[in-house]
Formats: sequence, structure tokens, C-alpha cells
Amino acid sequence: MEFKTVVFYFLSAILVYAALRVITARNPVHAALHLVLSFFSAGGVWALLQAEFLAISIVLVYVGAVMVLFLFVVMMLDINIDRIREGFWNYLPLGAVVGLLMVVEMGAILGSQYLGAAEAQVPQTAAGVSNVKELGRLLFTEYVYPFELASVILLVALIAAIVLTHRGAKKTKYTDPAKQVFVKAADRIRVLQMPAEKQD
Amino acid sequence: MLTNFVIPDLLPAAPELFILAMACVILIVDLFVKSKARTLTFALTQLTLVGCAAITYMTSTGEITYTFSNMFVDDLMADLLKLFLDLTVIVVLFYARGYIAERVSMAKGEFYVLVLLATLGMMVMISANHLLTLYLGLEMMSLSVYAMVALNRDSTQATEAAMKYFVLGALASGLLLYGISMVYGATGTLEITQVAQALAQGAVNKTILVFGLVFLVAGIAFKLGVVPFHMWIPDVYHGAPTPVTLFIASAPKLAAFAMVIRLLVNGLFFLAPDWQQMLMILAVLSMAIGNLAAIAQTNIKRMLAYSAISHMGFMLLGMVSGVVGGDARFALNAYSSSMFYMVAYVITSVAGFGMILLLARAGFEADSLDDFKGLNKRSPWFASMMMVVMLSMAGIPFFVGFFAKFAVLQAVVAAGYMWLAIAAVLFSLIGAFYYLRVVKLMYFDAPLDETPIAAGFDTKLLLSANGLAVALLGLFPQTLMYLCAVALVRSL
Repeated sequence: MEFKTVVFYFLSAILVYAALRVITARNPVHAALHLVLSFFSAGGVWALLQAEFLAISIVLVYVGAVMVLFLFVVMMLDINIDRIREGFWNYLPLGAVVGLLMVVEMGAILGSQYLGAAEAQVPQTAAGVSNVKELGRLLFTEYVYPFELASVILLVALIAAIVLTHRGAKKTKYTDPAKQVFVKAADRIRVLQMPAEKQD
Repeated sequence: MLTNFVIPDLLPAAPELFILAMACVILIVDLFVKSKARTLTFALTQLTLVGCAAITYMTSTGEITYTFSNMFVDDLMADLLKLFLDLTVIVVLFYARGYIAERVSMAKGEFYVLVLLATLGMMVMISANHLLTLYLGLEMMSLSVYAMVALNRDSTQATEAAMKYFVLGALASGLLLYGISMVYGATGTLEITQVAQALAQGAVNKTILVFGLVFLVAGIAFKLGVVPFHMWIPDVYHGAPTPVTLFIASAPKLAAFAMVIRLLVNGLFFLAPDWQQMLMILAVLSMAIGNLAAIAQTNIKRMLAYSAISHMGFMLLGMVSGVVGGDARFALNAYSSSMFYMVAYVITSVAGFGMILLLARAGFEADSLDDFKGLNKRSPWFASMMMVVMLSMAGIPFFVGFFAKFAVLQAVVAAGYMWLAIAAVLFSLIGAFYYLRVVKLMYFDAPLDETPIAAGFDTKLLLSANGLAVALLGLFPQTLMYLCAVALVRSL
């Protein structure tokens, strides 16, 4: 067996195991961490296929951003796992049908002679050409205009998110030292005149 | 490998670059603005828009120039639309300023930055020669506008409107993208001029293309707000803060018109018989539903929203009558009548929503029809201005709206669609009812409150100028018509 095949089976085994643990783990944090692991393994499989740009982006985007956010949410919201599992038997028939359909579809693509994936040729990249470099070159030369536009859209999203959620710093009890120095007793203490009470 | 890359010519895109740079500067400067009125932010924004208009005018060569690997096109139509756009936004901001300064939840510098970025998005759309940049420009504009609608987030109406707009807008973007992917699949290119070339050579799968066209037209229809993609218009116009409504009702219409020209005329002119049929259905439905539903409204923002739907339908009539039986002789004439209609509508609609802002004051929105009762007693001058606006929208001679309708009808009749012209006139006649009702309320009813109009001097001056422009353009429409015609002749 070729070394690449060994690596492929190794990564795939981890991927399948991690994916299984995502849906079986009782602790949501464990499930999320296993999802991270499965993303990593999928990235490895892509790297084997010489799609290193996809491999890098799945790690950066999904692991680096999406999953970290996901973990935050999972940790902050105390999700009651038993409540989620309550409807398991009710949803099982529907879930099983969907799962079965997916298996049939995948089988049709991989096995059948009409949709056969066997004929699909993976284009071989010429030696010494890196697709990350090529993509980068295109992005920063030919597609620089849409690339910059996309970045402006991100800026818009940033401004919109802040302006719609920021409530100002009203809750902080900020003291201005300059004003504090000039404070007078009369500003702080109110002297009340009260009639003396007779004690007996 | 890198040696064959030529740095793109930035001059045609100078207005866009300027507006983007200034938006970033204003964003930072605004951090240091202490005053609630945001005078500095406002002034810088207006200067930016004036500068942008000046740069557009100065860099205009009248030639068709492509840059950024043919993704950006600068032609006379783009320049003219950008000038109108800048001018519209300047006027909108003058009207909006007093309203915003009076309301704490709206008085944020980001409002102005979002307006600038939305304007940038529209300019990108106007100058798009690539389906990718067209889409990105559209998203830039839409995202800014969604945020602006929700800016007054303590108002449940505004947040509901923003939510509806956002969800439906995302759906429309999805439809548009799907259509774009079909066009890409059929022609193998996203560049609009190359799509046209591929179609002219004829080696494309027409079924896929027409299938994609349906989705493209649906996406355009949503942005224009024509039936049956109009559902968001009344809710968003009604729910959004009035200055934002004013903005949505004016500037994006120009960008949407550019989108129609870029996609359908520049790119898919070959399919004109197909998209003309679709647009015809949209146009007739919009005129019918827009005008009929407007009668039932008691809120003037909602009424103007339905009126906008009917006007967009009317505008589409010009786009419908370009090609008759493979004969494209009248195309330029028809499209320039549509462009004139659009510009005329934007000028009139800005004045109409400006009047609502004029009557509004701190803690009071003048958005009900009843608020216009007896305006003549409170201010005869502005009552007459509102009357001019309403009569122009109804298409009564001799205001600009009349000539806009006239030009479009001329194109429709020249194309031989007599029944369409008759239907358009009938629906306009129905529409005249609710415009004239506003005039009746202003002149023959007793005012509900006698408070003098509290708007600032600049708003009053500009609104008067705007109203007079509607009247004067009605007396001398030739210049504007000529400009639209020349812009299209030199660009298509």
C-alpha cells in the first residue's frame, strides 16, 4: 500500500470516529470539540488531494472562527442535554429516512455507471504550481476590485453590528478626576434644618 | 507570471475611491465629535458627496471606459446617474438632518457613514460590467440600508420593518444569484459585455438562459419593488424612520434602473422579447395593485409606498417597448423615456417625503394623512409645494410627472401596444384620486393642530427649490430628456 493511502485511511478513520462522537457525546462541549477534530481530519484529506487552499480555509474559517464561536455559545448557554434527547424516538423514523436517502444518493454517485464518480478526473496540478499562490495571484490582480468590494461589505457589516447593538457606556460609573478635585462639601452634603425634638 | 499584470486605471473609478476613503475618514472623525447634532459629521458627509459629484463630472470623458479587468465600466449613463445620485443624497441628508438631530436614538454619526457606504454600493452597481461586482454593489447597498432601517431600534415598527426587509432582501439576493449562476452556466462568463457577445454568437443553450432570466428578473423586480415582489415596500416605508424612508424611496431607484440597463440591456439584449413579456406582466400588475391599494391607506408613507409601486410599474412600460418583432429601432427612445421617468420620479418623491419631514417635529411624526389637513392655513407656501408634488405624481400637466408619463406612453404607442397605453392611462386616472385627496385635505379641511412649522431654514429653502424644480422641469423638460437620451446613446 502506498504511503498516501495509509495516511488517507488513517485520517478517514479519525474523521468517521470524530463525526460519530459528535452525535453520541453526552457533553455538548465534547461534541463541539469532536466536530473540530473532524474538520481537521477533513482538511487533511483535502490536503492529500492537493487542494491545500480548501484545507487551509476549512481550518481557518470553520475551526478558527465558526467553531470557536460555537464553543462560546455552548459554554455560555447551559444546554440541558437530556431535554434535547427527549424526542429521540419520535424523530428517529424521519431521521432514519433522511439518513437512508443520503446513503442511497451517495451510493448512486459512487457506484452507479450513470452518475459514476469513477470517470470524473481529478485534474492534476502541474509540478511546481501551487493553487494557493494561483488563487492569491488572481484575487489580488484580476479580481482585486470584487475582493476590495467584499472587504467594504465586511466593513458595513461591522458598522451595522456595532451601531445596532452598542448601547453606550451608560452603565459604567465613570468619575472625572478633574471634576472630583473641584468638588465642594456643599455638592455632596445637604444640611437639613430640623426642629429639636423634646425628649422625655 | 506576475509580469503581465498591468495596474488598473484608477481614474474612471475615482468617485468611488474618493467616497470610500472619505467614509473611512468620517468614521474616525466622528469618534471625536462630541455634539449631539453631529454638525461636523454632517458637513463632512455633504462635502464628500459634493466632491464625489465634482470628481464624477470632471473625470467624465463621454467615452465607454473599462477598468479593473473589465469589471468596471464608466460611460456617460453611469456618470449622469451618479451625478443624480449624489445630488439626491445631498438633498435627502439636508431634509433628514433636523429629524435625526431631534431624536436621541437616531442621532448617531454612523447614520451618515452608512448613507455614504450605501451610496458607494449604488455607484458600484451603476458602473458594474461584471455580474459579480453588480451583486457585490447590491449587497453593499442593501446591508447599509437594512441597518439604517433598524437604526431606531427601540421602535418595534422599525425593527419589524428591518427584519422583513432583511429576510426578503436575502431571498431576492438568492434568486438573483441563482439567475446569475444560470447565465454563467449558459455563457461561461460573468462579464456583462462578454455575455452579450456570447449571445450574439448564438452558441448558447437558450433554455438555461431563459430559465436564469426568470430569476434575474425576479431579483430586479424585488429591488424595484414591483408586483408580485412588492410586499416589503409598504411595510418598510411605513416602519422605517422617515429620513430612511426618504432615502430608500429615492436613491436606490436610480441604482435599480442602472441594474435593469446593465443586466437586461447591456447583457441580455438578445433575449429582449423574453424579458419584455415578463416585465409587461410586472408593469401591469404593479400599476393595478399599486394604485388601487394606495386608495385605502390612511398613512401617507404607506400611500406613497403604494404610489412608488405603481410608478415603478409605469417606468417598466418604457423598458417593455424597446424591441418590437425583432426591430430595435425604438429601443433607445424607449429606454431613455424610462430613465427620464425614473429621474423625474426621484425628484418628485424626494420632495414628497421631504414634506413629511418638514411637518415632523420632536416627538411627533407627521405621517398620517390627517396631519396634512388644513396645511394651507398653516403655511400656504408649503401647501402649494405639496400640491405641485401631488399633481406631478398624478401626472397632471404641466408638471414633470406629466412629461415623464407622456414620454413613456409615446414609447409604448410607438411600439404598438395600444392596449397597454390605455391601461396605463386608466390606472393613472385611478391614482389621481388619492393624490387629489391630499390636495383636498390641505385646502378644504380644518387643520388638526395649528403649530407653526418648526423645520430649519435650510430644509425650507431646499424643499421650496425642490418643489419649484418639479414645476420648472415640467415647463422645460427638454434639457433633462435630452441628457437622458444622450447618455443612453453614448453608452449602449
